[in-house]
Amino acid sequence: MPDSLATLDGNEAVARVAYLLNEVIAIYPITPASAMGEWADQWAAEGRPNLWGTIPQVVEMQSEGGAAGAVHGALQVGSLTTTFTASQGLLLMIPNLYKIAGELTPAVFHIAARSLAAQALSIFGDHSDVMAARGTGFALLASNSVQEAHDFAAIAQVATLETRIPFLHFFDGFRTSHEINKIRLLSNDELAALINGNLIRAHFERALTPDHPTIRGTAQNPDVYFQARETVNSHYLACPEIVQGAMDRFAALTGRRYRLFDYVGEPDAERVVVLMGSGAETVQQTVEHLAERGEKVGLLKVRLYRPFDGEQFAAALPKTVESVAVLDRTKEPGSLGEPLYLDVRAALAEAERQPLVIGGRYGLGSKEFTPAMAKAVLDELAQRQPKNHFTIGIEDDLTHTSLAIDPGFELELGDTVQAVFYGLGADGTVSANKNTITIIGERTDKHAQGYFVLDSKKAGSRTISHLRFGSRPIRSPYLIQSADFVACHQFDFIEKLDVLRLAKPSATFLLNSPFGPEQVWDQLPRSVQRTILDKRLRFYVIDGERVAREAGLGQRINTVMQTCFFALTNILPLEAAVEEIKRGIEKTYGKRGREVIRRNFNAVEAALKEFHPVAVPSTVTSGFEHQPPVSPVAPDFVREVTGVMVAGDGDQLPVSALPPDGVYPPGTSKWERRNLAQEIPAWDTGLCIQCGKCVFVCPHAVIRQKLYDPALLEGAPQSFRSAPARFKEYKDLVYSLQVEPEQCTGCALCFEACPVKDKAEPKRRAINMAPQRPLRETERANWDFFVQLPELDRTHLPLHQVKYSQLLQPLFEFSGACAGCGETPYLKLLSQLFGDRALIANATGCSSIYGGNLPTHPWTINPQGRGPAWSNSLFEDNAEFGLGMRIALDQQLATAKQLLGELREEIGSELVQALLQTDQADEGRLQAQRERVAVVKARIAALQSEPARRLLDLAEVLVPKTVWIVGGDGWAYDIGYGGLDHVLASGRDVNLLVLDTEVYSNTGGQQSKSTPRAAVAKFASAGKAMPKKDLGLMAMTYGNVYVARVAMGADDRQTLRAFLEAQSFAGPSLIIAYSPCIAHGYDLRFGLDQQDRAVRSGYWPLYRFDPRRAARGENPLQLDSKPPSLPLTDYMYVEGRFRVLTQSHPQRAAELLLAAERDVKEQWSRYERLAQPWNGRGTKLVESSEPVLAEPAAD
Amino acid sequence: MDLTTRYLGMRLKNPLVPSASPLSRDLGTLQRMEEAGASAIVLYSLFEEEILIGDLALHETLNLGTESYSEALSYLPEALYYQTGPEAYLEHLRRVKDKLSIPVIASLNGISTGGWIRYARELEAIGADALELNMYYLPTDPHLSGSVVEEMYAQLLGELRRTVTLPIAVKLSPFFSALPHMARRLAGVGAQGLVLFNRFYQPDLDIESLRTEPTLELSSSSELRLPLRWIALLFGNVAADFALTTGVHTVEDAIKGLMAGASVTMMASELLLNGIQRIGEILSELEVWLEVHEYESLAPLIGSMSVLRSGQSAAFERANYISVLRSYLPDAGLSTLAEAS
Repeated sequence: MPDSLATLDGNEAVARVAYLLNEVIAIYPITPASAMGEWADQWAAEGRPNLWGTIPQVVEMQSEGGAAGAVHGALQVGSLTTTFTASQGLLLMIPNLYKIAGELTPAVFHIAARSLAAQALSIFGDHSDVMAARGTGFALLASNSVQEAHDFAAIAQVATLETRIPFLHFFDGFRTSHEINKIRLLSNDELAALINGNLIRAHFERALTPDHPTIRGTAQNPDVYFQARETVNSHYLACPEIVQGAMDRFAALTGRRYRLFDYVGEPDAERVVVLMGSGAETVQQTVEHLAERGEKVGLLKVRLYRPFDGEQFAAALPKTVESVAVLDRTKEPGSLGEPLYLDVRAALAEAERQPLVIGGRYGLGSKEFTPAMAKAVLDELAQRQPKNHFTIGIEDDLTHTSLAIDPGFELELGDTVQAVFYGLGADGTVSANKNTITIIGERTDKHAQGYFVLDSKKAGSRTISHLRFGSRPIRSPYLIQSADFVACHQFDFIEKLDVLRLAKPSATFLLNSPFGPEQVWDQLPRSVQRTILDKRLRFYVIDGERVAREAGLGQRINTVMQTCFFALTNILPLEAAVEEIKRGIEKTYGKRGREVIRRNFNAVEAALKEFHPVAVPSTVTSGFEHQPPVSPVAPDFVREVTGVMVAGDGDQLPVSALPPDGVYPPGTSKWERRNLAQEIPAWDTGLCIQCGKCVFVCPHAVIRQKLYDPALLEGAPQSFRSAPARFKEYKDLVYSLQVEPEQCTGCALCFEACPVKDKAEPKRRAINMAPQRPLRETERANWDFFVQLPELDRTHLPLHQVKYSQLLQPLFEFSGACAGCGETPYLKLLSQLFGDRALIANATGCSSIYGGNLPTHPWTINPQGRGPAWSNSLFEDNAEFGLGMRIALDQQLATAKQLLGELREEIGSELVQALLQTDQADEGRLQAQRERVAVVKARIAALQSEPARRLLDLAEVLVPKTVWIVGGDGWAYDIGYGGLDHVLASGRDVNLLVLDTEVYSNTGGQQSKSTPRAAVAKFASAGKAMPKKDLGLMAMTYGNVYVARVAMGADDRQTLRAFLEAQSFAGPSLIIAYSPCIAHGYDLRFGLDQQDRAVRSGYWPLYRFDPRRAARGENPLQLDSKPPSLPLTDYMYVEGRFRVLTQSHPQRAAELLLAAERDVKEQWSRYERLAQPWNGRGTKLVESSEPVLAEPAAD
Repeated sequence: MDLTTRYLGMRLKNPLVPSASPLSRDLGTLQRMEEAGASAIVLYSLFEEEILIGDLALHETLNLGTESYSEALSYLPEALYYQTGPEAYLEHLRRVKDKLSIPVIASLNGISTGGWIRYARELEAIGADALELNMYYLPTDPHLSGSVVEEMYAQLLGELRRTVTLPIAVKLSPFFSALPHMARRLAGVGAQGLVLFNRFYQPDLDIESLRTEPTLELSSSSELRLPLRWIALLFGNVAADFALTTGVHTVEDAIKGLMAGASVTMMASELLLNGIQRIGEILSELEVWLEVHEYESLAPLIGSMSVLRSGQSAAFERANYISVLRSYLPDAGLSTLAEAS
């Protein structure tokens, strides 16, 4: 392949140009733009120079707002500066966008365009974000494909320097940012020829400098602001022509020609579609297809959306056009139409052209936009009265905006081979396919495209890879609709998913199967057998897991399956294919050592011998069908809506199926049957001491204990196990420990937490991991029996003891978090202790995804119907969001109390007096208050007065509610720190729980200010040089904030105590919880042990700072862990994040280790000093004694 | 005083050589050893299994959670380069050779022919002065006979001998049925030196937690006896140089080792316990001792108390065992001794 060709994704294509053409890059992670910043950081760490031979400064900021500020500053000082962002990130930049544009500052911001959080967050692609920025004064330049994204990154840079107008260069999030395609790269020479050095000098000469100072950022009065605002007009008027000029020079250099408005189709078209973004590629293909068949159709691609050149637009539209459909990939509720539609109408009106113009919405949140949809729009234009303000791609059965689609319409793609692969994240399917595309794209003259649909669940995540290869450039930015090759890399999917839906007649079907060619047929569901027969599929099997295991590759079957793909498709002669696969292995894994390569090579050789054709019988013989996606006894909504999403058919749901305000029922995760675990815990009743530790640590709440009356065992399944209770207050009851077999992820933390060993055989514990399949049916029946056993009365439980606390029902269960997640046990504990009265404000991040991502939700309710009320606002505002909840509750409580006073006579003075005592600290008093509230509601129900009606509405607030503000370290230490600090300072009774994974886990492990020194993270690829911020210590300085640092794997009692104390403290509380995370780079099965090491090494001292102690004359700070007793390396080098540095930067690792060891020593001595007893001589950290509360609710 | 000795064909300025230990991981420490007077140093062992596990662990770490979830296609950044395989060791050797002028003996602990040969070649290319093969293999398979294990060692060594021109010493364990025969066989296939003995880390049991605990106990002078006996027996009977390691803590220990027939005496525990300066102290004491005892050089001392030269073979053979036991049990009869044996 010539050097100028490369096979890469949109983010990398853009980042390459942006990196070369800038000197300062300010970044912050956000999906789907994170990778651009990651590339820039990586290249800078590698010392890669930009076009002028210097290494750009790449700096991670605390938020996108911060990044925009840093960009603004760097631009003012004359550096070429860029940033990358999307969605909410772009919104946070908007104030600076106005400034940067208002000051006529050349810069390009690259945007992987994404939806905005409205009724729900969506990480996927549309133009809502850039459309929200269209009024800022930035130019908006749209690219439609990976090649264009690469090209326009350069064109935008050329144009911004000349126009002095800053540019948002945008392309579709995921569809372009994550699509891999074969493109022609711009060379440094081409870039150098494009960029006018004089304009760079001009930019530099305008820089802020004390050598010839100027004043910027002034404030203007009514006399001149307006006029000053109009001074920029000439720049905007000149901009389109300058951009076209840049495009023309670009074409002269590269041969790739673009226009501000690119028209495609019949020159005498009557019907034309106008749009921008990747959808234009789909429309182009469709238009070309229809035009070949004589239809007078065309497409007008909008490249430069702002400034919008109406004249050029009108000129680009053929005179013959009778009707125009404008497609917007955004929604502006309440408007006369979406922005592009309105612009087109205005442009045509000003040009005095009068074709019929209709507008419609498509593709929101990465909704598929297919040729059939494009055709439907063109067909609609042919109607006598085309529907305006339509939608395409959904069924709108409420306001009937949607257009009908012919599902059978597909475009012929010539010799393009289309292949679909179903896999698990953990099995390496996507990696293998990326490798395959690279091989085909870079080692053959064929074109290649890859797009990957990944899961929103983190444990057992499914992946679907869509690969196309062919002799023509592949410009099909939509999922494969008919596949020549289908591979199912996980046998279990056969029972759950319709993996053959996309298979063409006579397609090849490769199944990774533990059953050989003779046995496999009988293991297939009826529908799968029927499809194989009906479509006459060529069916092959391989026991990929065995081959991979024998090659020493564990469950990573990528190399094995990739080899089979090449062997079965003949894309390359087999010998050449094997050679290329091996070359790919060396390229991908070469850095990781010879053994890794050797094992993968062995897997390639073995795979060639191990796949077999299946002799397909002539009839369907199977006696079973696909499993239902959710339990058949689930509520209607779950079966009819949630279940459809679980089955992967959410696209079929009509508008009416979904709630209009984003409000969903809680507790729906329990209806899924995920069956992820190879092994699940099995209980040994004889050994168990009923300590509850396994229940405490389970991240998915799948292992539970109950005490109950032995009489209830009547009717229990035969396999149901129980044991006499070992709880001294409940000796008459029996005890059961039960696992939910189909929700368990098999992380084995329960096994690791079990303190009991079989004396005769110490490898056995009171719970032992056992294969799931043989246990599935019996344990499912046992679980069903277990859950209907009554919950124990919680009012008398000594909750400060772990074993008793774990008798409480978890109200957070079966989330989509990673197997072994270190965060979720804390949330589960919160839900057990306070869930029945908790409001939870959840910052965006991992916890908002596994806590709130459709289709199912883990926050659930107790038998009384109470449970955590959960909501996510944003990433940056969570503390404030939670504070708002608290303030509202306090206000409601004040009103309720006032009403109680007004209704004292009707209710009864004694009851009112009792009801006014709302500081219930324990379960018994809470229960008593609930009963009093029930009484008062009954007493006032019949009263007709307004105060009575209002009190009836508000009465439940008299039962104290607790507010928990939850999020990760990215929120607490970085983007939300200002708000968090303000909330701590407010004195209000809120609890902040920081699930500290020490990186931005949800976006792939970028460093935060919580990341420890010497750890490798994204944006700190050479190891973080600065130490971790001590958030707890900062919070303590207020003196009236309860602060605890916990690690449940090191000390579960201390964790439990901290939660109870935080809750009971009538002011702000902050718990910083050590949370093992997959980003730490080790098997999370050992997460508990690792927490213990963190504490014993002194890295993570445990403490509680309770201002109430100060009131008693005691030092509020108590250290709960002992002085360091373990070398820091014994903690650090268990984890990949530290270990990797010793291999990537050995010298630096050694230096940072020394610094980290010093940090630990200093930290310990600081805390030890601060925790000295107050005996008149001890050190006082703060002077405050009484908790200072903010404006109290009125009594 | 002439303290020179010959070991593996090298003329060393004295017989004190720090043996393979964690101390040799630090270049500064090695320089201090040289300054203190060490005549050569043995680097810590390059473990083939450790390399294998390290590379696979890196691979696993970088793969964790990748390409699974839409927002996080990976969790750790990819570096341009990783130090894998023996690179860290080789780099260390390179730096040590660059800074030290005394001979540097690389130590290799392998399990496969391929690994040994590949790594030995690389060590030679970088400039190791000699190679010490650490035969730390625990034959746990009950179907594996001693003769097969011995054959494996001999083959590995033979293969290696044909591959590199470096002097090779073999560090042995004392657990051979017929140690002299094995020693002779190894010398026959190319071992120029034999290092006696390897000290195995013996795991302990924690009776409270029911766990196996790895332990590291440093040696004491009393452990000198075992290598002392065997070197005294082998000296002159096997055509190889001998190095005595384990239990060398004092000048007396060193002198005993030399008298038994060791060309060099190796130390690690003493340096870990009491510091690098012990090399210099022992060297001075050795010089004084030799002067007081009117030796003009080390040469007449080496092997002077071996079985061959001392004529006191019985002391090193079984009779010695009986007499030692008798000294502990003055009142015991022969029947008790028989039980004890």
